[in-house]
Amino acid sequence: MKTNENPYIPYPATVKETWYETGGERCIKTFKIVFDDEKVREEWSHLPGQCAMIGVLGVGESMISISCSPTEGDFLRFSVMRMGKVTQALHQLETGDKMMVRGPYGNNFPVDEWQGKKILTIGGGIGQAPLRPIVEYVRANQDKYDGLTMIYGARTSNDLCFKGEFEEMNKCDDLSCHLTIDVEEEDWSHNVGFVPQMLLDLNPSPENTIAITCGPPIMIRFVLENLKKLGFKDDQIYTTLENRMKCGIGKCGRCNAGNMYVCKDGPVFNYAVLKEIPEAFA
Amino acid sequence: MSAMLLNKEKWPEFVEKLAGKNILAPQADGDAMRFAAVAEGDVPALDYNNTRVPPKGALFPQTETMLKFQAGGEQVEEPQLDRETVVLGLRPCDARAMTIVEKLFKWDIDDPYYVRRRDLSTLVGLVCNEPGMNCFCPSVGGGPASTEGLDLLMTDLGEKYLFEAVTDKGEALLSETRDLMEEADGNVAKEKEKLVSEAEQKIKRTVDTEGVAEGLPGLWDDPLWQKVSASCLGCGTCTYLCPTCHCFDIQDETEGFDARRLRTWDSCMFDEYSLHTSGHNPRPTRKERTRNRISHKYSYYVDKFDVIACVGCGRCTNLCPVNIDIIETIRQVKEAL
Repeated sequence: MKTNENPYIPYPATVKETWYETGGERCIKTFKIVFDDEKVREEWSHLPGQCAMIGVLGVGESMISISCSPTEGDFLRFSVMRMGKVTQALHQLETGDKMMVRGPYGNNFPVDEWQGKKILTIGGGIGQAPLRPIVEYVRANQDKYDGLTMIYGARTSNDLCFKGEFEEMNKCDDLSCHLTIDVEEEDWSHNVGFVPQMLLDLNPSPENTIAITCGPPIMIRFVLENLKKLGFKDDQIYTTLENRMKCGIGKCGRCNAGNMYVCKDGPVFNYAVLKEIPEAFA
Repeated sequence: MSAMLLNKEKWPEFVEKLAGKNILAPQADGDAMRFAAVAEGDVPALDYNNTRVPPKGALFPQTETMLKFQAGGEQVEEPQLDRETVVLGLRPCDARAMTIVEKLFKWDIDDPYYVRRRDLSTLVGLVCNEPGMNCFCPSVGGGPASTEGLDLLMTDLGEKYLFEAVTDKGEALLSETRDLMEEADGNVAKEKEKLVSEAEQKIKRTVDTEGVAEGLPGLWDDPLWQKVSASCLGCGTCTYLCPTCHCFDIQDETEGFDARRLRTWDSCMFDEYSLHTSGHNPRPTRKERTRNRISHKYSYYVDKFDVIACVGCGRCTNLCPVNIDIIETIRQVKEAL
């Protein structure tokens, strides 16, 4: 067996930069990493929506959304919530440390198919991580899309990720960013209220628009309901799923939702497909 | 492909000829039979019905080292897999199961461990002259003398074993042992045919799978799942003993700084199997897990790989501690369609 024939072998990457997006017990830390091996760097190619298995040898690995667009440069970004054994170990990594990475896995958002359309992303909490690459991708290819509207909410302002990046967005004519938090806070100049309600209030036209949503299951459920109210057709709506995964390549079994393996047939699904799978919203 | 006869008196010599290879054969393990490595000089006896644990471990060990490394390090080492293996006397259903599982292990991306072990293995099957009481292989595409997945097929003719090569690998093993054997003539074929048709008649249990693959998704909210899973203990026996169950967990294990990444058989009947880190579980009770297990075997797998992921070996029924019977489950599915 040659190394490159074994898909289970992770490649070492160096952490170039890290910062905390949020605080608290379940804090989210972002890692910017670069593969050590030049060949791996050259051969790596991903698109918005794809994931990677990242981890620490001796602890384990977890499937995490790649939270950057390939248009941003020769690096990868992951935003990881501290939840269990592996994410705990990942959180201990600092600049200069090694992260082990394999992938990219899963399908991607069909960003090419979407050219010429308006893009509407609706995210909640850490659910913004797989949506961020779309925002960045469209931002880098503004001439190819008919604008982007981003709705993003979290419980409190401290729970919003990527806060520093949103100011820039509103400076562009074609991009608009709408933030919301669940409860009123001092010095908060944006919306207060739940994401699905904000969507209704903004009342975006479904005309030539693609809506992509990711967030807690309860938020997704109401966002889907409200998109229907706004006149969006099933095939104009996309979401990205997550399930427990071990292999990432359709072998270990557990990530299926009905007859779909989230790691291979997903994680990106069109709602017209997804609504036929009752387990998808279990 | 050759057909040869071996006098049973020469069976020990046949086994001796294979010395140097890793030989796996059914051996007594308490009151049950189990495939295990044959110690040098030992002669395995093939007078058995079927093993309690299927021989799937020959290609997919219950615990397998994937990578070795130093904890916190960055260099990984792969295990060396280079020893030739001969699996002696596996039943046709279990060999067929391997071809079914192989479809998944070769789906888009090859699983290097499984594919490598299959390449290194020669599978020598044994026709079932005496099927078990819960066998139903003909209902799901198999048979007591099916050669699917085998390299070589043996038939117990009483005084002699008939060896029929199925693949080049089987032919190669025959040529290594040919001097112990004699050519089989036309009468032998008739003798075998008679044994097989007698065996087929001994299989009393059947399932009707027509329309099941297409119909199962529509039974999502059917009360049958509550009924079928009501007595389930969630022990996982049905999945561990299933020759087509292929799910695995991956874990890192450390001893000081020496560490390895290993995979172990896992079971969709366990709570932790699909439990999210947030505490949410898309299959929170045994009802959802049973529905997934049956749907996976009889519908999802058919959808993906065009074959039912059940070979009718009857193990899950034989060994379920609360007598859940897959044949009865599929009958209830049919009834609900």
